[in-house]
Amino acid sequence: MITLEALAPVAATGMFSYAWLMIATPAVVAAILLLFGSILDRIGHWLAVAAVLFSFSIAACLFAQQLQSAPDARAVAVPMFEWITTGMWHISAGLLVDQLSILFALLVTGVGALIHIYSVGYMAHDERRRRFFAYLNLFIAAMLTLVLADNYLVLFVGWEGVGLASYLLIGFWQHKPSAAAAGTKAFVMNRIGDLGMTMAIMAMLALFGSSAFTAVNAAAPHLEPFWATTIGLLLLLGACGKSAQVPLQAWLLDAMEGPTPVSALIHAATMVTAGVYLVVRSHAIFEMSSAASTAVVVVGCVTLMAGAWIGSSKDDIKKVLAGSTMSQIGYMMLAAGLGPVGYAFAIFHLLTHGFFKANMFLGAGSVMHGMDDDVNMRHYGGLAKVMKVTFWTFAMGYLAIIGFPGFAGYFSKDHIIEAAFEVSTVAGVTALIGAGITAFYMTRLMVMTFLGERRWREKVHPHESPWVMTVPLIILAFFSVVAGALMNNWIQEWLEPATGAHVQETSLVPGPIGWATLLVVAAGIALAWWMFGTKPVPDVAPASANPFTVTGRNDLFGDLINDTLVVRPTLAVSRGVVTGDDRIIDAGADGLAGVFSGLSSQARRLQTGQVRAYALTMTIGVVLVGAVLILTQLA
Amino acid sequence: MSPDNYVYLAAILFTIGTIGVMIRRNALVAFMSVELMLNAANLAMVAFALARGGLDGQVATFFVMVVAAAEVVVGLSIIITIYRTRRSTSVDAANLLKL
Repeated sequence: MITLEALAPVAATGMFSYAWLMIATPAVVAAILLLFGSILDRIGHWLAVAAVLFSFSIAACLFAQQLQSAPDARAVAVPMFEWITTGMWHISAGLLVDQLSILFALLVTGVGALIHIYSVGYMAHDERRRRFFAYLNLFIAAMLTLVLADNYLVLFVGWEGVGLASYLLIGFWQHKPSAAAAGTKAFVMNRIGDLGMTMAIMAMLALFGSSAFTAVNAAAPHLEPFWATTIGLLLLLGACGKSAQVPLQAWLLDAMEGPTPVSALIHAATMVTAGVYLVVRSHAIFEMSSAASTAVVVVGCVTLMAGAWIGSSKDDIKKVLAGSTMSQIGYMMLAAGLGPVGYAFAIFHLLTHGFFKANMFLGAGSVMHGMDDDVNMRHYGGLAKVMKVTFWTFAMGYLAIIGFPGFAGYFSKDHIIEAAFEVSTVAGVTALIGAGITAFYMTRLMVMTFLGERRWREKVHPHESPWVMTVPLIILAFFSVVAGALMNNWIQEWLEPATGAHVQETSLVPGPIGWATLLVVAAGIALAWWMFGTKPVPDVAPASANPFTVTGRNDLFGDLINDTLVVRPTLAVSRGVVTGDDRIIDAGADGLAGVFSGLSSQARRLQTGQVRAYALTMTIGVVLVGAVLILTQLA
Repeated sequence: MSPDNYVYLAAILFTIGTIGVMIRRNALVAFMSVELMLNAANLAMVAFALARGGLDGQVATFFVMVVAAAEVVVGLSIIITIYRTRRSTSVDAANLLKL
């Protein structure tokens, strides 16, 4: 463990005091784009691109400055303002630019900027493009708030902002009922995770009196085991919601309803990485509770396999990639749960995954762009010759994700598998098999999309996408190749102060586990080639009674489980409550009103409208009064 | 002087007027019955005033007569309006006060 003095960030000076501009610029541009309306239709998208590029340049400058400064002066605190002051509570909002958050800021703004540029081409014919870019900028701003916050409450603001932006973007094509439903689903499922998150924050405030990272990290070692486990599990619940981990994974596949750049943004650079960030950021708490960190490992392993399973059985190119995202985030969760040995590898894989997954999602978008928005891979085939740039860039991403030696994923994934074997054989074997399945489904995707015979529908003329779409692909492909080798030896050392993990020996030459991984990956590729490359691909998915296939095609029955366990009981209860309200409360009120209404309609009969009747009534009254007066006189 | 006979007469007139208001359907006759009741009351007041030797009752009678004259104007005009719209002066026909 490192000492507390090293943990305390230094005060911000120079460039660092302007770190807030990173968040403010995209947020302000988003507001401008939404407020100024159609005046900005022509240039709005370039304004949004400029905002993200500006944020990226700030992040890059800060990173450069951090690289130059001494290791113990790299974490910088940027206080902003006193946020909540009430009674004994003094909660200030501030930013923490440390080794961990700057990497995230670079990833979010860098990949985010490329996705923005790509979207300029992809959304060129959408009449609501300006609004789309406003939401994208909002997304970036929220994600930056999340990763740059210096305490959990500010992080939570970004956390919710990301949830809002994802809702707006997934449901962007709101005229499609399926897209609107998918947006709502993502939002609601995220709320479940947020419940865990809020409870964890409240527990921290109650126990530590502060939610600042430095305070929590300092106080965590003295935490009672019960509370460490509770907070850990609650944080894990929050992470599961945001990162689409089992059991809150169901929203991710439906999130494919959004435009493809949104999928790339959600899956690669932002949103789903938030859960991993949260776990790594809260490492001090997870280290105090073996139960909580074991739970993280279990969730990671289960999701890793579940995502790979779904990815293997889908025909929709975006859903295969979505399954693969789930699976890769599972790897990161697994690594983050392993303890100090895994933190740096989790972040390492997160960064490389950010590059190659954004690359592949944008590549898939480029394919769809050329194929009239058809997503069924059975209608593709032989695209390698017509879409050369897309094919080659996609191939780089493919080689990176399966862990081909030398490519980005090779380094990051192998480290995770090795670390998993160090801690637990079960986790190690799961990760190893997962690597094989990853190779299987990604090869299947490549073969069905780019190779083999042409199975295009009529009137579809695939063509290469415009330069605004291919240039980001090329840049991302470049990083898919080099990012791993670039960061392999550096990232552990860099992250050491932020995660408190010691540097471990890693070698470029694969060890026994490395060789085993390569073997499993080769087997996965061979199997996929044998199944899909050597025989023609049927035009419709062949009916199958194989329970594995059926389960995979149905998203592991995730929706069915949610329906049975949550939705239907909730509906039954609410229907019961409505019936009770109608039959008991409403009926009681209506009955009482009915009684008075009946009485008054009886009383109304006294009013006949006959003047003579009124005269008679009056006379009787006078006589009675007179009689009473006389009788009382007599008495 | 004993006011008895006057009071008896007034009581009889008042009763006739009351019964007239209650049983006659013709608005004009009912109206005349009301006048009869007013005048019965006037007669009683004058008789008592005479018996007690004061002028109060007699003065009050003038007030009643003035008010009655004004009331006749209003009442008759209402009756004429009703007659114009309904072609009838029957009080039973004018039952719009009912809900």
